[in-house]
Formats: sequence, C-alpha cells, structure tokens
Amino acid sequence: MSVEPITLRGTELSGKAGTEVEAARPGKRGRRLRIFGRYVALSVLAFVVLFPIYITIVNSLLQPSQIAAKSPTFFPTSPQWHTYSDAWSSGHLGAYLRNSFIQTGLIVAGQLVTSILAGYAFAFLRFPLKRTLFVVFLATLMVPFEITIITNLQTINTLGWYDSFAALAVPFLATGFGAFLLRQTFLQLPQDLQDAAKLDGYGHLRFLARVAVPLARPTIAALAVFSFLSAWNQYLWPLLVTKDDRLRTVQIGLKQLRATNIDQVNITFAGTVIAFIPLVILLLIFQKQLVRGLTAGAVKG
Amino acid sequence: MSTPVDAVVGAGAGAGSGEPPAVVPLPRRRRFSRRVREAGLGYLLLLPAFLIFSVFIFYPFFRNFYLGFFSTPPFPGQPKNYVGLDQYKDVLTSSEFLDSLKVTVIFAVITVPVGIALGILLAVLAHQKLKGVGIYRAFFSSTVATSIAVAAVIFGTLLSPQVGLLQGIQTEPSILQNPDPIINISLPVIRSFIPSVALTAVAVTTIWQNLGLSFILMSAGLQAVPDELQEAAEIDGAGPWTRFWSVTLPLLSPTIFFAFVVGSIFAFQAFGQIDLLTPRGGPLKTTNVLTYYIYDQLQFSKNDGKAAVLAIALFGVTLLLTLIQFQFLERRVSYER
Repeated sequence: MSVEPITLRGTELSGKAGTEVEAARPGKRGRRLRIFGRYVALSVLAFVVLFPIYITIVNSLLQPSQIAAKSPTFFPTSPQWHTYSDAWSSGHLGAYLRNSFIQTGLIVAGQLVTSILAGYAFAFLRFPLKRTLFVVFLATLMVPFEITIITNLQTINTLGWYDSFAALAVPFLATGFGAFLLRQTFLQLPQDLQDAAKLDGYGHLRFLARVAVPLARPTIAALAVFSFLSAWNQYLWPLLVTKDDRLRTVQIGLKQLRATNIDQVNITFAGTVIAFIPLVILLLIFQKQLVRGLTAGAVKG
Repeated sequence: MSTPVDAVVGAGAGAGSGEPPAVVPLPRRRRFSRRVREAGLGYLLLLPAFLIFSVFIFYPFFRNFYLGFFSTPPFPGQPKNYVGLDQYKDVLTSSEFLDSLKVTVIFAVITVPVGIALGILLAVLAHQKLKGVGIYRAFFSSTVATSIAVAAVIFGTLLSPQVGLLQGIQTEPSILQNPDPIINISLPVIRSFIPSVALTAVAVTTIWQNLGLSFILMSAGLQAVPDELQEAAEIDGAGPWTRFWSVTLPLLSPTIFFAFVVGSIFAFQAFGQIDLLTPRGGPLKTTNVLTYYIYDQLQFSKNDGKAAVLAIALFGVTLLLTLIQFQFLERRVSYER
C-alpha cells in the first residue's frame, strides 16, 4: 500500500494536476489511494478496449499454424515481419489507401460545409416550414442506405459517373446527422452571445463565421471524425460503383486480401493492421486538437 | 426563453410566435423585408444539403413505393405484374418479416443503451484531472480507427471455432462432458450456432466498434460542461456519485439524447458486421435484421418488389421510434446552461 503511492507521486503526480488536488483536500494517503484507484480503473478499461486490437497485431506476426494452434499465443517470440510486406505488395494496399483518402477527404469537406450551413439555419434563422424541413432532414437518417442503392446506381450511370470519384463521393456530400448535431450545438450557445453580436451589428453570416463556428469547434471536430470514419468504412457502395481496380478503396482491398489468403490468416491480419494504421495516426493527431479545441472552445462564461 | 425546441416549434408553426426578433421595434415594412431576407437566407443555407438529399435519398426512396406495387416474376425476362397493395399486405403479415423485425429491435435494444452507458463511463473516467490521462483518451477512442470490416475480421477470429483464442476450450472433450458455469457461458459463444448467441456476438462486435465514437461524443459533451458547476457541487459537499447524477448527467443529457436517437437509427441500419460475421442472416435466421433481409431479397432473390416493401417498412419503424423518442425523451433533456 505504501509502495504504489510513492511511485505514483514520483512519476505521475509531479505536474499541476497533482498540486491542484492536493490543495483541495486533507488526508494525503486516502487521496493518493483514490488516485491510484482511478489509474487502475482506467488501465483495466483500456486493456479491455485494446485487447482485440492487440491480439490482431500479435496474430499478424505469427505463422498460420500458430494462430490455429490450440493454445493461443499472446506474444510473438519470432515475429514474421514479412507478412506486412506480403500484404502490402500482394494486396496493392498503397493504391487502395490513396483512393480511400481521396474519397474520404471529399466527403468530409462537403459534409462539414453543408452541415454547418444547415445547422445554422435550423438553429438561428426563422422561416416558414422550418420544423417540417428539419423533420425532412432528420428523415434522411432513417432511410436505410440499402433502399436507395438500386435507383442510385441507375442515377450514377445516367450521369456517366460510373467508375469515378464523383460516384464515390457526391451522394454523401450532405448528412442529416451533421445538420442535427450542429443544430443541437448551436442551440446550446448562450442567447446573450447572439444578442451581443446583434448589438455589434453582426449579420448572420458574420455571426456564423466569427462566433458560432469557432464556438462549435468541438462539435465540428467530432463531426469531422465521424464523417471521416463513416466515409472510410464504406464498402458496399464503392464495390457497386467501381469496377476499375485503380479506383477501389481499402475496405474492398481488405475484403479481397481476405478472400485470396484464406489459408494465410496472418497476411489478412497484417492487411487489417495496415488498413487501420493511417486512422490511428490521424486519431492521435486529432486527439491533441480535440482536447485543446474542446477546452478552449467550450463556452465558459 | 423556455427551451430552444419550443422556440423552434413556435417559429415553425407561425413565424410570429417566437421571441421578438430585435431589441428595437422596427417599422412594419422594414421588419417584413427583414423577415423575407432571413427566410431567404435560411433556404439558401439549406439548399446544398437539400439538393443532395433530393437526388440521392428522397427520389430513390419514393421510387420504392412505386416498385412495391409490382411483383417480381419468378423467372427473369418476364414482365412485372402490377399487384397494387397486395404485395405490401403479404410481405408485412408474413412471419418471416415479423421475426426479422423482432431481431432488429432486439439488436437495437442490446447495442444502443450499452454502447452509450459504456461511452459515458469511459468519458467520465477520462475527464479527470490526472497526469497522462490523454493517453487513456487515445486508447478509449482507438476503436474508431477500426472499420466494421476490421472489427468483423477481429471478432470473427476471436470467436471462430476453427481459428481462435477459445478453440482450445471447445475441442477439449473433457470440458464438453464436464461443463462448469464459466464454460457453459463461453461454449455457445464459441460456436455461435445457438440462436440469439449469434446475435449477441454481432452485438458485441458492434458495441466494441462503436465504443470509440460513443466515447468521443460523450467526451465532447463533458467538455462543454463548465467545471465551475462540478467544483461548486464539490464545495457544497456532494460526493462523486451525487455529482454524477445531479450535475454531470443532466448537463450531458442533450448529448445522450442525441446519441440515443442517432444510435437507434444506426442500429436499425447495421449491415456490414452482420453480413461478415453471420452470412445469410445467421443460423436459423437469428441475425436476419431488416436491412439484411432487404439485401438478401435484392442480391439473392432478385426480388425488387419485396425488397422495396421491406425497405418502406424499415423506414416506417425507424420513423415511429424516432418520433416516440422526441416525444418522450426530449422532455427530460435540459438544454440550458
């Protein structure tokens, strides 16, 4: 009991957070114990969340026979790094990743713009049929994508967009989800801000650009993450509208890799890791921006 | 200002019933032209999204009603028959449809509340002023980096009877003959043959894959909660549990409500994990959710008409659920700070 708090104080609690807590309450030992307990809880949950990813990485470095063995291997003693180069070269993952990034980038940019505009209109502007239109926007969320496929495929063909990035991106340039999310966020902005901006002579567009969007940054960041992920994860639609291998995205690449390497599960796992590494990196970058943006952007009096 | 939603309702019902538009009353004509300009701007801002929705969601959606009037002939090449509403009646009263609906509802009932609760748990734990908590935030949001295909590959392997962590247990005859409580639970999970266990496996995969997103959403909600309120409650002697129930949760309620509405809609549309983990609607159709049923009719039975009817039914059910949520849940949401 006495050992852990000491190491904790030495390594973890030297920063500002520790002193803040220290000043607030008496009873050092109980407090340290509680802080230690928090770390334990965080660590246990982190383990549960990360275990499936960990085991995937481990499996990607094993031989197929080890993966199929009765006693599971939790640590690769002789890692088979070549599975990654195998997956990369036989799976054409480089090209697939690039295509995914282009498709996803177009969709995210489009969705942010259309959602901010629509969310603003729903939150701050008054016009006839507003509630009806809002329900219409929400209704788009309830239309399962699978229903629209038959007709959308025909539309894409009519427009001559088959096998193009337009086919991959344009149907998804707007989202009812984003409009809803931003409406909710804009509605939470204090009324005083709006009144003050009005007194300063701000028009709607200036209020939108200078006040509403900066204050909604946490939500916009969250929406960007969400749009990115839902676009990145598509596979049914890209499969349907592209035939050209040079336009196909990484999810389909993963599917194909899996289908061609049924007896070599490790290569499929390596491909899986390659497919989610770009997102992990992006997320780590985003993490900082999120935390900073969230604390700075949140409305606090 | 009562609640923003009331304001929206008021503004929608008749533009005059909301709050007064400006501090200083303007002459009538100027006020009118201002209203027109504001409305014009409103429509203009909605236009880009509305265009996309019209072409790629509403048009294909409404075309389904038309497609639903025609029965698909048993052999390709024959002309489609106009059957009117008969097809709607037949499909919607069939036991296959009702079973599928049940599976869909169960799937949503499992995944949505559990996902949100876990998201809140992780967000609250990671919201503390602790050194190095940023690393845990990264860990907790990490599952968003996995796609549904990646998650399905991972869990498919973890739960697979041939390749997987649990397969040693399954093939051990002594254990099969000597079941103990723990094995009794894990065995069906391994096999995923037993009805509803397949659905559980799909649900677990879904919850895990969505956990990162749920965490990010709830964290964003928590970040917007002013720390002063927490501190004030702490000074007033409220323990962590009381603070959670009477400060954090109410202030988080807009986010939770949002997550509920959107989460339910997404749960009703889940498809990829079901297709990848339990092909062809799962053992004994236990994972044959409505979306999969539709896909099955389109892809394998080539029955556009039936698929169209099912799609409309799925839409109707989701719409009903959302309206109910807005009716009963949003009352408990506090938007004010």
